[in-house]
Amino acid sequence: MKALMFGWEFPPHILGGLGTASYGLTKGMAQCGDMEITFVIPKPFGDEEKGFAHIIGASNTPVVYKDVDWDYVQQRYGYCMTPQEYYDLRSHIYGDFSYLKTNDMGCIEFSGKYPDNLLEEINNYSIVAGVIARKENFDIIHSHDWLTYPAGIHAKQITGKPFVIHVHATDFDRSRGNVNPQVFAIEKDGMSHADHIITVSNLTRKTVIDKYGIDPSKVTTVHNAVEPMSPEIQNMIVKKGTDEKVITFLGRITMQKGPEYFVEAAAKVLQKAKNVRFVMAGSGDMMNEMIRLAARRNIADRFHFTGFLKGKQVYEMLKASDVYVMPSVSEPFGISPLEAMQVGVPSIISKQSGCAEILDNAIKVDYWDIDALADAMYSIITYPSLYNFMKVEGKAEVDEIKWEYAGKKVIDIYKKLLHY
Amino acid sequence: MKTICFYFQIHQPFRLKRYRFFDIGSDHYYYDDFNNEEIIKDIARKSYIPATRTLMEMINNSDGKFKVAFSLSGVVMEQLEIYVPEFIESLKELAATGSVEFLSETYSHSLSSLKDSEEFERQVKMHSDKIFSLFGQRPAVFRNTELIYSDDLSDVISELGFKGVITEGAKHILGWKSPNYVYESASNPNLKLLLKNSKLSDDICFNFSKYDWSEYPLTADKFINWVASTPEGENVINLFMNYETLGSMQPEGTGIFEFMKALPRFAEQNNISFSTPSQIIDNYPSAGVFSVLHPISWADEERDTSAWLGNVLQKEAFERLYSVGERVRLCSDRRLLQDWDYLQSSDHFYYMSTKRKSDGAMHKLFSPYDSPYEAFTNYMNVLSDFIMRVQQQYPLTIENEELNALLTTIKNQGTEIHKLEDKLLKAKAQNEKTKKLLEEKEGKTKTKKSSEKESKSKTVKE
Repeated sequence: MKALMFGWEFPPHILGGLGTASYGLTKGMAQCGDMEITFVIPKPFGDEEKGFAHIIGASNTPVVYKDVDWDYVQQRYGYCMTPQEYYDLRSHIYGDFSYLKTNDMGCIEFSGKYPDNLLEEINNYSIVAGVIARKENFDIIHSHDWLTYPAGIHAKQITGKPFVIHVHATDFDRSRGNVNPQVFAIEKDGMSHADHIITVSNLTRKTVIDKYGIDPSKVTTVHNAVEPMSPEIQNMIVKKGTDEKVITFLGRITMQKGPEYFVEAAAKVLQKAKNVRFVMAGSGDMMNEMIRLAARRNIADRFHFTGFLKGKQVYEMLKASDVYVMPSVSEPFGISPLEAMQVGVPSIISKQSGCAEILDNAIKVDYWDIDALADAMYSIITYPSLYNFMKVEGKAEVDEIKWEYAGKKVIDIYKKLLHY
Repeated sequence: MKTICFYFQIHQPFRLKRYRFFDIGSDHYYYDDFNNEEIIKDIARKSYIPATRTLMEMINNSDGKFKVAFSLSGVVMEQLEIYVPEFIESLKELAATGSVEFLSETYSHSLSSLKDSEEFERQVKMHSDKIFSLFGQRPAVFRNTELIYSDDLSDVISELGFKGVITEGAKHILGWKSPNYVYESASNPNLKLLLKNSKLSDDICFNFSKYDWSEYPLTADKFINWVASTPEGENVINLFMNYETLGSMQPEGTGIFEFMKALPRFAEQNNISFSTPSQIIDNYPSAGVFSVLHPISWADEERDTSAWLGNVLQKEAFERLYSVGERVRLCSDRRLLQDWDYLQSSDHFYYMSTKRKSDGAMHKLFSPYDSPYEAFTNYMNVLSDFIMRVQQQYPLTIENEELNALLTTIKNQGTEIHKLEDKLLKAKAQNEKTKKLLEEKEGKTKTKKSSEKESKSKTVKE
């Protein structure tokens, strides 16, 4: 079976959970066998893992015909594609896009991030998708998150192949209810055109059904999983500077992640326990506000901000932690507690996060229940048996949550759509 | 002649309220009164009261031939006295028929038998007194919390003067043997054992209203026939269950009460009697030894103590609780002792179980908490506060033995002082005497001297 997937992020160049999830799922599907996957991303860097999927960059796909010779293409795009592929794509240009800003190769530049002109970039992405869909040969279209829905719809209209969308988040999660009408429109349009919708949790499934008015029979939940940790990270030894306990919040410091509840709970814990420090790792639009809040609660001497962490730093931070906390107000899935549990860090998660649906060995609290949150933190750092139990059982549990199983479920959905 | 022994357990713990860590040291009241009242009133209305009415009817209609045994934990009796006194009254009426036996157990429905034999004895005695004060009976047969039993335990139980124990007919111990005989303890042959017939008990407890059970519907006729068709010589059928089975686990609508009412009639037709545990122990000989090396119980698939002490959380909480046992018994603060009783209920540990599958579902059904972690956290917070209070009574820096010695000194100080005072008085009296004697002697010599002087002076004058 051949699938054409549209995604926005791909490791190692990721900004959030979307990239990790798309990567894990694709790899898991490849492990199930009999899958050929072409994965389209806005901007490849050439260092992406290619073993299990063929990666095409939107920023390397021509939309305007330019007469360039083999050697030049090799020199410009050799890091991520063969010149032959460039020529194949070039021969499928389907319209006159010379009014668009293109480079010397006839390609549109993409940032691959979330720039201010995001809507324009999304539109360009779907134009490019038209070229790719005409060139590639596939049975099914799969779009990851709203940024790529228009591209998927376009591909469907050209080829008439079944279209699956994967909802990693909705705007209701990101905005605590104050949705951006433009984003909502794109999401709703994608859902209406989709032949099937995959959501990452029952929480998201409910949002899709209730808020977007989608027929429940075409929405299925496939819970995310987590990549097994590489031995390099597994064996990494992190020395902790203090023998004090460390409680960590790790993620974007935005409204969606509920950072203020973490600060408030920290203030409560510090009233009773002295041997503990709190770390808020990450960056985001609420960071300054959180620094002020910590100062106002008089806990700034025990409350630390690290700024944005990437790659290995994330695991260093986790390994130095005694408790991981994710008090998200609305989290479609939330892969990071699973990563924390992989390195043996007991986790506290909000009941409003999708991963709470599949995790047993994490403490679950309502995000607004600061007392419960503080209580859970205090218990883990105070009662060693609870800490040890969660460390061991949590790891054992997460090790059994594999992308392969999630991939199998997605393939089953494909088969149903294709009447195999 | 075959006989059926019905035994019902009645127990409700004092459930804890949501106790946060910042309450430690400031709030010393631990119980969820609202929830406890709600639950016990509800269960009494649905089950205890109508079930007792049914049993009363059965006893009256069979001219007292129907017999039944109960065990009530001390903590449930306290709750019933507060919230549903009418149920205690109806139990008293039932007891007055003479067809009812009350069994002994630990006051708190505790696991003390597994850890602290001194505490265990204290609780059994306390429970026995409570039963006597309410129902005028001294229990002669023992049943441990959730039918926990082992050989080690039998020593303590027979020492306390019981003639029998009822426990689970655990398959992994019984093997090919049948539970339908009286057995005796391996270490104390005078202590008789009655074993639960799991199959027939579960048929009433769990299968009675199951539509997909092959024997559904279960009628009294059919049930008594099963009892009657047990092999020749297997004379004792022990049906042990929670009292909630009648009316709550099997709601009234399933016809459970009518089923019960019909039992004595069919039993009589088949020449089957009803007995209390004491009667069975007195009338049926022991068929042999039942040896249990590791504790068994009637809970969960494993029929061991893993329902309460299966994971490290439960073990930690359990160890922490009993680590202060000896110290608490030295205290005299009544509120502290009351909390000590309430915190020992096995239910608190049951809620912390992390078992999955059907057993896990059972644990969840009874638990007031969302998760075992919450149960652990809450309990440990309460326990921390409790231990702090114990420490406030007497500092932990003093060893228990030293403290005990000091306390005996204080306790005996009255008599000691009395003794010493007596001694002092005697000594004083003695002193007085010798003084007097001395004085007298001195006086004599003085008078001698003075008379001599006088005589001398006289002579001088002369």
